[in-house]
Amino acid sequence: MLRRTFNALLISAVVFGTAGGIASAEETLKIGVSAPKTGVQSGGAAAVYWPNVQLWVHDLNQKGGIKVDGKQLKIDLVEYDDKSSPEEAVKNIQRLATVDKVDFIISPYTTGINLATAPLIARYGYPQLVATGNANDLRAFIKQWPNSFWLLGKASDLSTGIVGTLKTLRDKGQVGNKVALAYVAEALGLEMIDSAKPAFKEAGFDIVYETSYPIGTQDLSPVISGAKAAKPDAFVAYSYPPDSFALTEQAQIQAFDVNAFYVGVGGALTGYGQRFGKQAEGILSMGGINPDDQAYKSYRESHKKVTGQDTDYWAGAVVYASLEVLAQAIEKAGKERAAVVKAIKSGTFDTVIGKVSFEDNVVKKLWTVGQWRGGVFQGVNGLSVEGAKEPVKKPAWN
Amino acid sequence: MQILVTGTLLGGTYALIALGLTLQYGAARIMNLANGETLVAACFVAFWLFSRLGVNPILGMVIIAPAALVLNWLIYAWLLRPLVRRAKNRGMLEVDSILATFGLLFLFQGLMLLTFGGAYFNYKFLAEPFSILGTPYALNRVVAFVAGVLVSSLLYLFLYHTRQGAAVRAIAVDPASAQLVAIDVSRTAGFSFALGGALTACGGTLLSTFYTFNASMGVLFTMKALIIVIMGGVGDIRGATLAAFILGLSETAVASLIDPGLTLAATYALFILVLLFRPQGILRRGAA
Repeated sequence: MLRRTFNALLISAVVFGTAGGIASAEETLKIGVSAPKTGVQSGGAAAVYWPNVQLWVHDLNQKGGIKVDGKQLKIDLVEYDDKSSPEEAVKNIQRLATVDKVDFIISPYTTGINLATAPLIARYGYPQLVATGNANDLRAFIKQWPNSFWLLGKASDLSTGIVGTLKTLRDKGQVGNKVALAYVAEALGLEMIDSAKPAFKEAGFDIVYETSYPIGTQDLSPVISGAKAAKPDAFVAYSYPPDSFALTEQAQIQAFDVNAFYVGVGGALTGYGQRFGKQAEGILSMGGINPDDQAYKSYRESHKKVTGQDTDYWAGAVVYASLEVLAQAIEKAGKERAAVVKAIKSGTFDTVIGKVSFEDNVVKKLWTVGQWRGGVFQGVNGLSVEGAKEPVKKPAWN
Repeated sequence: MQILVTGTLLGGTYALIALGLTLQYGAARIMNLANGETLVAACFVAFWLFSRLGVNPILGMVIIAPAALVLNWLIYAWLLRPLVRRAKNRGMLEVDSILATFGLLFLFQGLMLLTFGGAYFNYKFLAEPFSILGTPYALNRVVAFVAGVLVSSLLYLFLYHTRQGAAVRAIAVDPASAQLVAIDVSRTAGFSFALGGALTACGGTLLSTFYTFNASMGVLFTMKALIIVIMGGVGDIRGATLAAFILGLSETAVASLIDPGLTLAATYALFILVLLFRPQGILRRGAA
């Protein structure tokens, strides 16, 4: 009996094996991806990363594939879960390069893992288009790994965006000088606060309260009551999604009314706007987009249609744009990795976030702050972006 | 005052997280590493019931708790009882059950990822201010606290004032002697495990009203529960509850008076102190 089962297994394995062989005889472009499907970062990745990878592969394959050296090649995607751990990510990249022998890879998710895998990605000569990470000292980094490209700019660009917005509001007489700061004690929060504090001081803001909190904490009522006791005019938190939600809810419950309320990652999620509804009106957050832009609008629609979920108003579009850059560079330069890196360096690409080009490997045109207005997250500040709206004073919680 | 109330509410949350594990580990002698996953699964079911069918999560507990009870009983009967039978001593059972439930952790996590994906979930339930002595607190936390107190009181009544409860306590103290007084140890252990699972599910349901959760968050809760169970003394319901409140109060005090960044440090400092000076648990006397 056992032997018969075994034989059946063997036969089916052979049959499927040959079938697979025939199917894969068609030439494809092998793309590898390693990012969190489990672990602490999986929530963010499920919102802005994976659906865009899925959408990109779907879009390319639907139009017949990607044009490489005169041939239309369909995308063959090899996916691995990095379990939100840098060690695992390094192993995955190694495997993608040596065992799966992929033609190109999609950059991993988050700053930390992109930094950790950069040496390995550079060794195999893949272009690394970082759409979900940034750092302060990018220049030294790019000198070492010239194949890395940064679509979110420097950490200081992002963290000081809110300083600019608060300045605008102050000039209009809508917000005072006193700022309360909170940040998550992890790579993102630390990088942000490092560059933000001097910027606040330089702009003449008075930091009346400052605190960090451990990653994973959702019991943040002490943070809000501490901030409230300092009577600030503006509240700024460099936070991650679960804490962004928790801080907002606590502020609302303790009736912590400030003229500007800013949260970090997560505030640009469509779910954030849905969760807080009318209460979200006037809340500022990291990120932004011009939601009225036609390219973004149609991207948003097809994202919903293909993946079944809404994209956000920031990083999701950037991830998709980074993949568009990769595809366009491959179409221009072929399968040769070094040539593709060169093409990315010098080219200008048409994407869902507009024309993208790199200056010393860093995008100089990016959104930094957005604001919820009438259920839509509108970009209000950025570096040389078009279509930014004027920020307004936040109404009291109602 | 505000620190006291916030700390008490947080302590209640912690008690909800830890009570189930206390029963499972203390009475059924199963170190259930998938405890946090049970909790998160309950969060998901509560979320689904609320957002799809509009079922109030507090009422949802009426469905979720019995379902968790049955499910955990089945897990015990099929997966864990064979381990209990073949274990020669407590140490062996501990190692085996840790390995088995470690596998279970991944199975549950995988199933949740498959059904719900890795994204963050939360929903809006009673997210409004509730005034206690003039200071506003989140109503959902207060409601969860009250419901938690109710559930724990029921548990207390059951354990200390019924025959079946006494049996559970007896096997927690000494399973071998419990047999001598005609307690069906295997059945009672299975029941304790199932009851522990149901309690954890209640905790998850209440937690989901004010937490943002996703499929991979279970481990966080298991860790917290483990600290509380060890601090309270294995199998000691009152000790675990006390430990939960001490943790909640001290974390809030540290966050409000010193710095919110130090809450984790405070937790582990307390943990070390308890391990150094009362390794048998806060309330227990003598060597365990």
